[in-house]
Amino acid sequence: MSTEPGTLTYVYAVTRQTEHLTDVVSGLRGIDAAPVTLLADTSDAASDPLAFVVSPVSHRDFNETALKTHFEDLRWLENVARAHHDVVQAVAAAATVLPLRMATVYQDDTRARQALGGQRRTFTQRLAALEAHTEYGVKIYLPPPAASTAGEPSGEVGTAPPTTPGKAYLQRRRIQHHAREKVYEQAQLAAATIEAIAARFTSQRIRHAPQSGALSGPQENVLNDAYLIADEHAQQFRAAMTDAARDFPDIRIEVTGPWAPYSFAMAPADAPVPADGDERAERAP
Amino acid sequence: MSLAEYDEPLPGRQVALVDLLDRLLSGGVVVVGDIVLSIADIDLVRISLRALIVSVSSETSPGTVQDEQDEDAQEGNGRDR
Repeated sequence: MSTEPGTLTYVYAVTRQTEHLTDVVSGLRGIDAAPVTLLADTSDAASDPLAFVVSPVSHRDFNETALKTHFEDLRWLENVARAHHDVVQAVAAAATVLPLRMATVYQDDTRARQALGGQRRTFTQRLAALEAHTEYGVKIYLPPPAASTAGEPSGEVGTAPPTTPGKAYLQRRRIQHHAREKVYEQAQLAAATIEAIAARFTSQRIRHAPQSGALSGPQENVLNDAYLIADEHAQQFRAAMTDAARDFPDIRIEVTGPWAPYSFAMAPADAPVPADGDERAERAP
Repeated sequence: MSLAEYDEPLPGRQVALVDLLDRLLSGGVVVVGDIVLSIADIDLVRISLRALIVSVSSETSPGTVQDEQDEDAQEGNGRDR
């Protein structure tokens, strides 16, 4: 359990130690296939004490300098992210879990245990709030502009046939513009619909910034929400979202999850966005 | 770097990397570990990384959990954003 020289303690998540979970974890492998263990808060008098889910990682890869370099390396990052996620998901399947931000590392188990004890109240409260809840993501994508202007010369918008190439060009542009406007309108309507549906199941929403970087696909992402749903409502929630997607054929509505509650790991007061209110600024296009 | 390969999820419903990083880099509890690239540094690294996923201007940064008992409190161990 204690870390050997040359290793550091990597923390995946907070949970509560139970016999069942100890069993589950004993079969898990984490980053670099290292064995995953539970590191219990020995000062916690509860029968199922708080515990960090940890594994040893090499000092060579996780010291400050190396980490800085590695974070620029997408391949390395993906490996660590997937290993982190796999451990979190496996624990989430067996217990309530509070995922930690990626790359939280301590010198050794003792230091990690101290940190765990130092946060006992926060962790206890948050774990209780997340019990039997699961996170789902809902995203809205717009089709690339070309795709939405397919049936151009419909005559619906234009009236008389254009008399010059210049006028024809302008008319074409106007039709394209009109089609794009319609897609945006649909997206707004869809966003409102999603919000209304979700409100039937939960008041807990985190509005992530739309994905627009190099890793996101060719379609424009205009909504990137996360919802915390009680497990007993998960099926209804997903079904309702699937139905909504059918009502908006010109845009793409994607539901992701189930996720461990990554977006809800911090208490609402600490989170970037409140669950209600009009935080439109969060939705930069 | 080539990004095309990340667009195709493997069979077995592998989570899209973009969604995964979205959560792992902006979600999760933030506790200050021992290997701190100093708070400012790690923010810079994460911001450059986040640029893969969102445009930096639209990003907001969640706060950091304070150490309740202040045992390990260090300078800058807080929401110094």
